[in-house]
Amino acid sequence: MTNPVATLAPEEAVQKLKYYQKGTFTVGNRLVAEAERSVQASRDRSNALTCGHRACQGCGEALGARYAIDAAMRASKNNLIAVNATGCLEVFTTPYPETSWQLPWLHSLFGNAAAVATGVAAAMRVKKHNEVRVIAQGGDGGTTDIGFQCLSGMFERNDDVLYICYDNEGYMNTGVQRSSATPPAARTATTAAVGPEPGNVFGTGKSVPKIAVAHNIPYVATATVADLHDLERKVTKAMGIYGARYIQINVPCPLGWGAASHDTIRLARLAVECGLYPIFEAEHGKVTQVRKIRRPVPVADYLKLQRRFAHLFRNGHEDPRVARLQAICDANIAEYALIDAAAEDA
Amino acid sequence: MDHPFAITLDVGTSLINHTGSWRTLRPEYVHRLPPCNHACPAGEDIQGWLAYAESGNYEAAWRALTENNPLPAVMGRVCYHPCEGACNRAALDSAVGINSVERFLGDLAIKNGWSFKAVAPPSGKKVLVVGAGPSGLSAAYHLARLGHSVTIKEAGPLSGGMMRFGIPKYRLPRDVLDAEVKRITDLGVVIEYNAKVANISEAMVAGGFDAAFLAVGAHIAKRAYIPAGEAAKIMDAVQVLRSMEGEDRPLLGRRVVVYGGGNTALDVARTAKRLGAEEAIIVYRRTREKMPARDFELEEALEEGVMMKWLSTIKNVEAGSITVEKMQLDDKGFPQPTGELETLQADSVVLALGQDVDLSLLEGVPGLEVKDGVVQVGPNMMTGVPGIFAGGDMVPSERTVTVAVGHGKKAACHIDAWLRAKTYVPAPKHRIATADKLNTWYYGEAPKTLRPILETVRRTSTFEEVVKGLDESNALYEARRCLSCGNCFECDNCYGVCPDNAVIKLGPGNGFQINLDYCKGCGLCAQECPCGAIEMVPEVV
Repeated sequence: MTNPVATLAPEEAVQKLKYYQKGTFTVGNRLVAEAERSVQASRDRSNALTCGHRACQGCGEALGARYAIDAAMRASKNNLIAVNATGCLEVFTTPYPETSWQLPWLHSLFGNAAAVATGVAAAMRVKKHNEVRVIAQGGDGGTTDIGFQCLSGMFERNDDVLYICYDNEGYMNTGVQRSSATPPAARTATTAAVGPEPGNVFGTGKSVPKIAVAHNIPYVATATVADLHDLERKVTKAMGIYGARYIQINVPCPLGWGAASHDTIRLARLAVECGLYPIFEAEHGKVTQVRKIRRPVPVADYLKLQRRFAHLFRNGHEDPRVARLQAICDANIAEYALIDAAAEDA
Repeated sequence: MDHPFAITLDVGTSLINHTGSWRTLRPEYVHRLPPCNHACPAGEDIQGWLAYAESGNYEAAWRALTENNPLPAVMGRVCYHPCEGACNRAALDSAVGINSVERFLGDLAIKNGWSFKAVAPPSGKKVLVVGAGPSGLSAAYHLARLGHSVTIKEAGPLSGGMMRFGIPKYRLPRDVLDAEVKRITDLGVVIEYNAKVANISEAMVAGGFDAAFLAVGAHIAKRAYIPAGEAAKIMDAVQVLRSMEGEDRPLLGRRVVVYGGGNTALDVARTAKRLGAEEAIIVYRRTREKMPARDFELEEALEEGVMMKWLSTIKNVEAGSITVEKMQLDDKGFPQPTGELETLQADSVVLALGQDVDLSLLEGVPGLEVKDGVVQVGPNMMTGVPGIFAGGDMVPSERTVTVAVGHGKKAACHIDAWLRAKTYVPAPKHRIATADKLNTWYYGEAPKTLRPILETVRRTSTFEEVVKGLDESNALYEARRCLSCGNCFECDNCYGVCPDNAVIKLGPGNGFQINLDYCKGCGLCAQECPCGAIEMVPEVV
């Protein structure tokens, strides 16, 4: 037990008052003014993706999409058009003739969301609707694989579109196939957990955020459904910038990852805290901010909650590939300085 | 209706799709019992009053606090705060400084002159309370609020009981005690001083009382037979501490030996230091680990220069010196004599060996059961005699101010019911909000605020209060460290994290409601609730 009367000079005892003892990380905080709370805490949020959609229980993508589009709608005063690539998000929100979207919304093909959004933005400009902003959105398959050429074109032309990629690390809608965003060792329908190298192969895949940074576009950021305040800040900031912008949001998929539906946010949090999913933002080709790790955890804590990695922990034995995944985390932590040197010593 | 080419249906909203039918588990908002509340002997709703304090509404916080305990300024100084020992925040950084916030509220109430209000109309019933100590005052307060006419008969010249005659001034300034007692008398409670009750049955008949609450405390010092020379000066702790309240301060000499290992022994030794003794030595027959005194009080005493003689008993007392014998703990932890003797210089010896209850007022009352020197009471605090209740140190208890206050409240509830020919049934307790029910990710890092303490030099020469209070900024900070275990604090997490937009926010103070038409039962709201106020329960099929 701590001694309540340890010697302390009075002036040191008076600490700086924080208004966020409870509210720093929660969605809302009854102790601060309405205007200072998150969009999601507001009873007036637009609920861009409303009830009755057919996403699985605990869907991270449905959550991430509402977080992002609600923030974008507030930032653009509801003058917003969304273009959607094919994928879960498109399928579960718009089974003909229903829609869950509370804003103008278009879907064309799997691979052309960025190009269609470019066209919508051009049309708005021609029609002198300069107040109307355009968002393109899709899953990691429609972004990093199938829509990649259109996306890169949108970036290099610096078209005025915010592209949001909801990254659930695979083609979940069609039955959990591997994409170029699937992490190493993960089991998918096309990377079975059999043979000498079970699961997805190490050394494959790509980081689209890094590729976007390499286009020197005005704004690139990664975000997570586990940190709403950070996500809303980034979307709001992106909406204040003109030109090509890219945000990639980590959205766990209970079905594809083989996780409990109530663990979606916990998994997203662990992905960040172990270092596997670095959260940063970059402007004009330079990384300008990183989200520091608050409570560091080994990557195994993250992997063990998911059946797609179950083969790494079979019979109580930890596969050497876990160490390789940990090495990836450690490299990310070093590259983005995710842990302060001072915090590490403490 | 005409449709464009290839369109056959009107576009509609997904709201027609009631996804609630997928659900097998249903989230329910629940209340759990915070561990602090569970641990509080006075039955305070600590989490409840901290919730008011953290929004800066100190008067509401004080009113919520005094629903259960009428002495917050006293309690914020002398309570051993078992609440903080149970606090879930301890696992995160350190326990919330509940005791210091309580004191802040108590002091603020005195400063601002907040007063109590009765909650029930006059009942016309008269209740006699014997003893104006913490238990008697607490019972009187609750009974008066419930509409009864209360008279306290106090044997001594002043109120407070052991709070005044046992706890030294440097721990509890008397103006604080007086202010809190006055607030109770302002409520209409009459205190008669120097009114020792010789026989309880006769006193009840004479005053026309309908019920009585006995809280006479334990004021008779236990003695031990110690061979002593004629000129030896032996006193008891109760006598020493009591005489501190009078004009003539006790004459203890330059070298004082205190015999015993409880908080009273420490109080006497620290008082002796303040009275100018060069040496104050506590002789205790067992070890520090076995000492019943609280750790922090021992620490404070050692800082002030009080010396300890562990594993020793006093064999003999002469004028100017004592003989002690070394002890040794046996396998069972009992001290056994070793035969090794030592002589210590001592001008006086103070015995602090515990206290007994003066049971003389109960003599000749049939039906009363006394066992091990204390009065036996039922679960409703009633003695074997109908209408006579008892509490505090005179019944089996831990003998702290807080327990006494709790007894007073509990007895008052039962006395009220008894007077109205009803049975008091306490509200059923919620299950405890244990640490595993919390999602501590959502609580920011915020280490405990330490109360400024008086320089050691000044402590040993004056009776100034040792532990100082918090000011508003750090009291607010401290209140906001509360995790609100088991009770919703409207953080909006459930409303925010639902992927199905199926949580309805009802607005400030009204909490939330689940929209069961759309809730798929994923459990994210329950998992991400910081304080464990949502539970997933199976749907009935």
